[in-house]
Amino acid sequence: MKKATFIAVAATATLMATAVSATTLEDVKAKGYIQCGVTTGLAGFAAPNNDGKWEGFDVDYCRAMAAAIFADPDKVKYTPTTAKERFTALQSGEIDVLARNTTWTLSRDVNLGFTFIGVNYYDGQGFMVKKSLGVKSALELDGARVCIQSGTTTELNLADYFTANGMDFDPVLFDTADEVREAYLQDTCDVYTTDQSGLYAQRSVIPDPEAHIVLPEIISKEPLGPLVRHGDNQWGDIARWTLNAMIAGEEHNISSANVDDLKANTKNPGIARILGTSGDLGEQLGLSNDWAFNIYKMVGNYGESFAKNLGEGTPLNIARGLNAQWNNGGILYSAPMR
Amino acid sequence: MAIVKTERHPDMPPPTSEAGVIGWIKNNLVSSPLNVVLTVISIYVVWIAASNLISYAFINANFAGDSRADCTGTGACWVFIKVRFGQIMYGFYPVDERWRVDVGYILGAIGIFGILSDWVKNKKWPALYMFAVYPIICFFLFSGGYFGLTVVDTSEWGGLFLTLVLASVSIFVALPLGIVLALGRRSEMPVVRMLCVGFIELIRGVPLITVLFMSSVMLPLFLPEGMNFDKLVRALVGMSLFSAAYMAEVVRGGLQAIPKGQMEAANSLGLGFWQAVGLIVLPQALKISIPSIVNTFIGLFKDTTLVLIIGLLDLLSIVKAGTTDKEWLGMATEGYVFVAATFWVFCFSMSRYSIWLENKLHTGHKR
Repeated sequence: MKKATFIAVAATATLMATAVSATTLEDVKAKGYIQCGVTTGLAGFAAPNNDGKWEGFDVDYCRAMAAAIFADPDKVKYTPTTAKERFTALQSGEIDVLARNTTWTLSRDVNLGFTFIGVNYYDGQGFMVKKSLGVKSALELDGARVCIQSGTTTELNLADYFTANGMDFDPVLFDTADEVREAYLQDTCDVYTTDQSGLYAQRSVIPDPEAHIVLPEIISKEPLGPLVRHGDNQWGDIARWTLNAMIAGEEHNISSANVDDLKANTKNPGIARILGTSGDLGEQLGLSNDWAFNIYKMVGNYGESFAKNLGEGTPLNIARGLNAQWNNGGILYSAPMR
Repeated sequence: MAIVKTERHPDMPPPTSEAGVIGWIKNNLVSSPLNVVLTVISIYVVWIAASNLISYAFINANFAGDSRADCTGTGACWVFIKVRFGQIMYGFYPVDERWRVDVGYILGAIGIFGILSDWVKNKKWPALYMFAVYPIICFFLFSGGYFGLTVVDTSEWGGLFLTLVLASVSIFVALPLGIVLALGRRSEMPVVRMLCVGFIELIRGVPLITVLFMSSVMLPLFLPEGMNFDKLVRALVGMSLFSAAYMAEVVRGGLQAIPKGQMEAANSLGLGFWQAVGLIVLPQALKISIPSIVNTFIGLFKDTTLVLIIGLLDLLSIVKAGTTDKEWLGMATEGYVFVAATFWVFCFSMSRYSIWLENKLHTGHKR
């Protein structure tokens, strides 16, 4: 009897706690910042700089959300999350949005109760070899010694790929990315495999990067994107359209450099709608009408963020590849903003 | 007529071939052909290791500069550590507020000096200060929100500061709690005994990493959505309970070494249970447990690095995070060497303190 009462009271308390909690947007506005989950450190995507400020491609997305909601990109608190606890952090409400180069898969989307709001980086597992090897395609790698970081899906993808193509390989396992790189440099293995963004990051710290090439084959699909909890569609919409606005900005050539000018002088009704000088797109989202203007002005469009954090000119030197705009050879495609 | 020497002949120094540096070398390094060979080999190995280490860490190393571009030498590039030193020491603690951490360190150093130094005769006051006043001061000082101090969220704590917070809080909680658990485990009251045994065996039966995972990943799922305990508090509770269970077994070992007669003698003097335990049994038990207690502390200090799996950026993880900054890729070796050296300094100091304390408390009962 007593136990039953206790459970009933606990359940009621839980229900009440859920019932009184407002929408995520109201909560976020009330506390004055977005709690954004990032990695504990991944080159180009999220890492603390010399001054202790988080920087990177995923961090820029968080900043864009803050710019859209608060017109201030610094109103973000970053929670470094590990691969294992990232989902719990989101489920328990410790963070409002997870931008932690997380692969969009069916089971994560459905089983774990999350909404992936889009893809901000199309990644995939690739191979790096020394140019002196003379290999031009992954299909020539029969019998190669392959360096892998253990305990990742990389291992499984690799085995699948080689079996499917009737090839043999000799796996050499290591625990951390640094060990794998050293082993590869000391010719313990011929091939280094991991996600392509990781290969570029590792190549950038090799003493002679030009002597190594990343092969064109991608053997797995790793669409990385931000995600939010199920159950608050308004918040999901804001997250989704923040990303879309960044992508659409590049498509329409709206950048941090010209956004002031465009807002004042543009004759293009589509751009005027995005920048909020006509229509009410922002209000439909529950934000101010200049939300997208603030994103471009304070953070920049997708292309600017990519160039600043990942692209050519950074040590990572990653080519746009799949992550180019749809009209430019890639598959980046924002739904129209109207 | 007999010649009788009336005064004592002064002691002669030992022959030079047996004393001093020469004697030591003769007796220890070149006393037999085998030893000569071993000595030569050892000197060669030490020479190779030391010369490589010195040329890596000093001769070929870079010290000047402030960016990755200044890493031109073939050895270590300490520029990385230099530029990020503040971050490695304090994490994301706001630069303008870091004096609060320093003040905390100084207050702690004063307290530790009071407890260790022979100049302070009455140890009651330093002990009271260290265990009752100091933790409260630190709490308000570090987290702020009172007395005009700005609030510094625990998510901004990091680096060596966080490592020290984790280690010292766990140690402060683990020792008293461990003593209580050890006494409880030896208690004649079945309920108390079984609760203590159950707690100790449950916690000792799982790895620390599991305890941290439980507190960080599972606990939030049991709580209603939106209700969150601070991540640091969760880690602290997990680590304190874990080390308390180990401490309990260490103290129990000490308690078991005290003959039953001590307790009986105390009782026959009219001392009650708590007086007998507090005045007779525990001082002896703790004294003989010192090496094991310090051993547990050193283990605990190094175990704090496990918090990196729950996303707290302690000394090790803040350096790791730093090596993923795209401006500093490839600095992992320098980072790890620096972290290892820092840990060594702390652990070695604790070890020396333990030896000093053992000698100081040595009362001639050593077996």
